[in-house]
Amino acid sequence: MTDTDKNAWVPDLLNLFVDAGVTFFPYIPDAGNARLIELAEAHNEARPVLLTSEEEGVAVCAGADLVGERGVLCMQSSGVGNCANFLSLVKGGGFPILMMVSMRGDYGEQNPWQYPMGQAVEPVLHAMGVLTFRVERPEDLKTAATAALSASGKGGQAAALILGQKFLGAKAF
Amino acid sequence: MSKPTPTLDRRDILATLFPSTDDILFITGLAGSARDAAGLTNDGDNLFTMAGAMGAAVPMGLGVALAAPEKQVAVVTGDGELLMNIGSLASVATMAPGNLSIVCIDNGCHGETGGQTGHTSNRTDLVKMAEGAGLASIMVLETADQMEAAAKFLAETPAPRFLQVRVTDGPPTDFKRNLNPAQCRTRFRNAYLASR
Repeated sequence: MTDTDKNAWVPDLLNLFVDAGVTFFPYIPDAGNARLIELAEAHNEARPVLLTSEEEGVAVCAGADLVGERGVLCMQSSGVGNCANFLSLVKGGGFPILMMVSMRGDYGEQNPWQYPMGQAVEPVLHAMGVLTFRVERPEDLKTAATAALSASGKGGQAAALILGQKFLGAKAF
Repeated sequence: MSKPTPTLDRRDILATLFPSTDDILFITGLAGSARDAAGLTNDGDNLFTMAGAMGAAVPMGLGVALAAPEKQVAVVTGDGELLMNIGSLASVATMAPGNLSIVCIDNGCHGETGGQTGHTSNRTDLVKMAEGAGLASIMVLETADQMEAAAKFLAETPAPRFLQVRVTDGPPTDFKRNLNPAQCRTRFRNAYLASR
């Protein structure tokens, strides 16, 4: 599979986000969000925000929500562990934040360090009140992304779009 | 190099630093800084205080500042809260919002949990950390005769700004604020959106 094919889904997803009023893209770089952030950098209505730790992105999105704007926190699965306590703010305050989690430690993973947090992503998010919408096949992407946007938009819920390793392709070691 | 012993009472600071508060959006960390800012604004609808999520004040202020560029935004927090997520100063420097001030009320201890010694009472220098992160304007306020200059610093220097206020380890403002985060979110959001 060429790199272009591998990232063929990205422009459509960016358009879905922007059309839903998502303007901020706080992120920690990951192979699974690299192309999205590149395209967001080039987009007039999208603004990437480079973080030092994923938890900051929870607060950045909550801050944007306080003044009526939307963000999507883009991170690798390992970053979900860094977010747990900041999700107290989200759950307690009813902040309808949106996340995009690119999975490691999931399907085809060869790095043993990735499994513990990868396997804990959904339990941690569910424990903190974040709904999850999983993508395993290309045909899942639009419906899952639309559902996550609806939940975190008019639905008023915190939601995460989970991009599985079966969908993204496992990294070779 | 030893630091001078702090003499400022934190309860006297914010009213001088922010002579007018109505046009500023305030985000605070937990504990003492939240109470001081609630006293300043009478727990106003332009204030969001935290009572948990330690380390979230600066990134939340960054989110507000980026999303409401027409407003001045002030983060008021303590040394412990700031240090818990000190990397967020780098995120602030990279985005360089021209409307964000960070005021760190540094009492050198964890006041809310019993006054246990913090890093700034030892070797840690917050100003050097803010400089290293790359903030545009940085100042230390540690004596009463610097108060007017500090207010001017917040009003006039290029943002993002970082003001370290070295205070004694005395109590914060005695103010009981709303601790319900959902009510505070709705209050802040509705007031801001109605003002646009």
